[in-house]
Amino acid sequence: MKIDRRSFIALSIGASVGIHISPAPWKLMDDAAIWTQNWPWTPVPERGEVSYVRSVCTLCPGACGIMVRKVNNRAVRIEGMKNHPVSSGGICPLGLSGLQYLYGPARVKTPLKREGKRGEGKWKEIGWDEALSAVTGQLADLRANNNPQGVAWIAGSDRGTIPRLIDRFLSAYGSPNFIRPAGAADTLEQAVYLTQGQLGTVAYDLENTNFILSFGAGLLEGWGAPVRMLHLHGKRDKSRTIVQIEPRLSDTAAKADQWIGINPGTEGTLALGLAHVIIKESLYNMEFIENAATGFAGGADKDGQTRQGFRDMVIENYAPESVSRITGVPARTIEDLARRFARADKKVAIFGRGQGSLPGSMSDGLAVHALNALVGAIHQPGGVSVVSDPDFAKWPESSIDETASQGRQQPRIDGAGTDAFPYSRYLMTQLPEIINSASGDAPIKALMVSEANPLYTLPDTAAARKAFDRIPLIVNFSTFMDETAAYSDYILPNHSYLERLQDVPSPEGLPYTVIGLAKPAVKPLYDTRHIGDVVIEMAKTLGGFVADAFPWNDYESFLKDALADHWRQLNGKGFVEIRQPSSELAPYEFATASAKFEFLPSTGTDTGDDKLPAWPQSAPLPIEGDAQRFPLVLIPYDSMRLANRNIANAPFMTKIIDDTILKKQLVSVEVNPQTAGRLGIGEGDTAELSTPRGKAVVRVHLQEGIQPDLLSMPRGLGRWGFPDDWYINDKGVNFNDLIGPRPDPLSGLDTAWGIRAQLTRV
Amino acid sequence: MTQTNATKYGMVIDLDKCTGCGACMVACYSENNVPFKKDESNKLDSINWIRVFKISNRKPYPDTEVCYLPMPCMHCGGIGDHGHSPCVSVCPATATDYDHSTGIVSQIYTRCFGCRYCMAACPYHARKFNWWDPVWPGDMEKYLSPNVSARMRGVVEKCSFCFHRYQLAKDRAYHEGRHQEPLGENEYQPACVESCPAGAMTFGDLNNPKHAVYTLKKNPHAFRLLERLQTNPKVYYISSREWVRRAGDNYLSHEETGSIKRAAANHH
Repeated sequence: MKIDRRSFIALSIGASVGIHISPAPWKLMDDAAIWTQNWPWTPVPERGEVSYVRSVCTLCPGACGIMVRKVNNRAVRIEGMKNHPVSSGGICPLGLSGLQYLYGPARVKTPLKREGKRGEGKWKEIGWDEALSAVTGQLADLRANNNPQGVAWIAGSDRGTIPRLIDRFLSAYGSPNFIRPAGAADTLEQAVYLTQGQLGTVAYDLENTNFILSFGAGLLEGWGAPVRMLHLHGKRDKSRTIVQIEPRLSDTAAKADQWIGINPGTEGTLALGLAHVIIKESLYNMEFIENAATGFAGGADKDGQTRQGFRDMVIENYAPESVSRITGVPARTIEDLARRFARADKKVAIFGRGQGSLPGSMSDGLAVHALNALVGAIHQPGGVSVVSDPDFAKWPESSIDETASQGRQQPRIDGAGTDAFPYSRYLMTQLPEIINSASGDAPIKALMVSEANPLYTLPDTAAARKAFDRIPLIVNFSTFMDETAAYSDYILPNHSYLERLQDVPSPEGLPYTVIGLAKPAVKPLYDTRHIGDVVIEMAKTLGGFVADAFPWNDYESFLKDALADHWRQLNGKGFVEIRQPSSELAPYEFATASAKFEFLPSTGTDTGDDKLPAWPQSAPLPIEGDAQRFPLVLIPYDSMRLANRNIANAPFMTKIIDDTILKKQLVSVEVNPQTAGRLGIGEGDTAELSTPRGKAVVRVHLQEGIQPDLLSMPRGLGRWGFPDDWYINDKGVNFNDLIGPRPDPLSGLDTAWGIRAQLTRV
Repeated sequence: MTQTNATKYGMVIDLDKCTGCGACMVACYSENNVPFKKDESNKLDSINWIRVFKISNRKPYPDTEVCYLPMPCMHCGGIGDHGHSPCVSVCPATATDYDHSTGIVSQIYTRCFGCRYCMAACPYHARKFNWWDPVWPGDMEKYLSPNVSARMRGVVEKCSFCFHRYQLAKDRAYHEGRHQEPLGENEYQPACVESCPAGAMTFGDLNNPKHAVYTLKKNPHAFRLLERLQTNPKVYYISSREWVRRAGDNYLSHEETGSIKRAAANHH
């Protein structure tokens, strides 16, 4: 057929009409649309009966009340518990991500034995019987060789019945080495002990205060009980002033009534500068100073030597002008702040940077605490006080054998409680140095780890890994595969927090006590065991006096015993609230030798008082690094969106990190535009960040709200020990790779708040 | 369908209270089966029904101020609340619609064929596209809630003000014989509002004087985003700081803060 113009047009028109009349294209298009949506792998969640389980979140020490929503046997959502005395119905992003931890691929599903080299990730699945007999066998050998003190146990906390069960195990076994990470609360605990003679957790009555002076505490970024703080912020009105002092515009600073930029590390100096103005203008609490304090005016100490009083020392050395030179805070701001603070009705000064997981120096802790004393904010409504854990647990006495007794008398491996650091209880950051510098065999023969991830959280992780390499046996009770688990020889997986029963101690900083009960929301998904049951079983296998110390069949019967009268309420309501007087002592009574608040504390030991911060020289401790090679200073910051302790971010948590903080695999370092301009670096550039301890490739984020010449980086990234499908590995840098510990001369606690650094464009 | 006493759900967010913790975002993910990917740092393809932005006054240290700005779907009513929201007006598949009985802009995933016209039309970037099939690693499929269907590759999704919670509350009310009465304020609250630890978000019927949002939206410091566009959003913000209120719209340098809001009020 010949195709001419006419027939071509006819054919075209015919085809168009035909296509439009035929249903085929529309049908095909519709089918295609449906087809693209009907993939069989798009899940259809099963329906069923809805129920709720009341429990307590233990992902951080904040102890929020939670309600776990279930459909049949599945946990589908976590909600805040209404009217809870800590969290008031609120919940944080970490708590809301909880089910991703329960069902996530990071879970260790069965006991594991290491096959390859440490950290290589080759494991053999073994049964509980094999795992337990291997571990207890080695523990029994150590005891048989009279070396029970060669065992150390790093736990996430020392409060609550599980850590105490572990400590009891170590006592009966013969090791003094129960260790946990320390924070700002430990420094403050010692400052309070030295000045007030009291032991306990330091608490702040923030609900009733009118003026909060925060020396860098991340009140809205995970400090204390995070949800209590966020709730308190939401309830805020004009009657409460918050002043935030730190070198970087944190979220807390952004929400404060006033943000005072300060040179990093000079917070203690500023506290004494404020004290200077308060004393000079007679704004201090005369009643407290005259009736309840010593050392204010000076005089002879217990050895008959004359010591300058706090008043004269502060007046002589901390005039606003000289403090201004050190801190970078204008003298007028110091004077104005001191007057407003002292004149406020109820006020409190808070010590500790960020979430409070860095201990800080004793001189800073003492300076801030002295400021509280000066304005009479101790044991007062709206002030700072000491809370002791209620001792409801009934522990039957147990006797120990000769081996255990000798082992217990050995000095602690971390040096805490020894003559060098008499008031410190735990010095985990000292461990790597002690192990690495030991000649011959490592002083730790067997290390047990539970609810802790020291290879991630210890400063200078490279040194920590080197130290761990020297420990012959590492046993981990981790629920998840993490950095320390990856370095272990055996993993005896604990139930996840939503599968296990445990009491939850009162969170830090709360002026009253709230004990919670975490209850299993679902049956254990995998072949895991409750750590309490495992400890009891290990003790029974070891036999003799160790077994005798554990007369319980399992953790549950022990817990019911321990909680005694509280069990019924805890089991039903989920928490018990105990409102006790903030201290057993009257407001102006203290447990020191003088029964007064001691502005010039004495260590009371043979080593003498010369290690105490000689107040006049409490200049900031120098930070690590050569100022020539490393002209900048790097500090960390904490965020509600980044889990920076033992557990890593769940996928939901990583999803809410801003793209100005994490972009692809690179973490951003905050730089002031002025500094960046001088370095020739712009927004989004890739740069090399180096410190005396390490190097990292980072992204640059220009941020006006940071002091020039300062760099800041979030804590919580740079994870490598988790499985790849947990979506957190190899993102960003672990801040602890770049910093090393700086022990405080008095407490031995880590004082490092930053390190010198250099940033160069690559 | 435009009687003014109809229920009109809306939200008031107090930016002075918001601390940027991100709980609202995770509350939303976990309530609405929102998927996640290995890398979520490209925010253009990251699925969020509510996203917390951070804005700054850009003044040099130490006068810098920042403010967090949570942005869910604004559930625009359009001029006169006739339901001509930007997205509804353009959808060729009627996959998104304006519900006149609640003021909520819906999204029906099985109707959507992924043309993304609505995404282009939305001035608030509230809509997100499923470029990939969702993957729940490990045993995470077990936590999926049956109240909200999981979405498939190729469809657009967005904030629904947790409409399934409204349906559950309505069902309960019907069961209890209260179907003639309006729902109580606490009977229906979206997941983000319920979980906010600072209590920065308030949700309720903007037309009901008994609900807190009715009073809050009249706060002199209240404003909405891009009011000049006449989208008539149902999400209000409160900030005591002028620079924040000014950042909520495209003010010309000579325009006084709040002038756009007053002009828009006259128009509606």
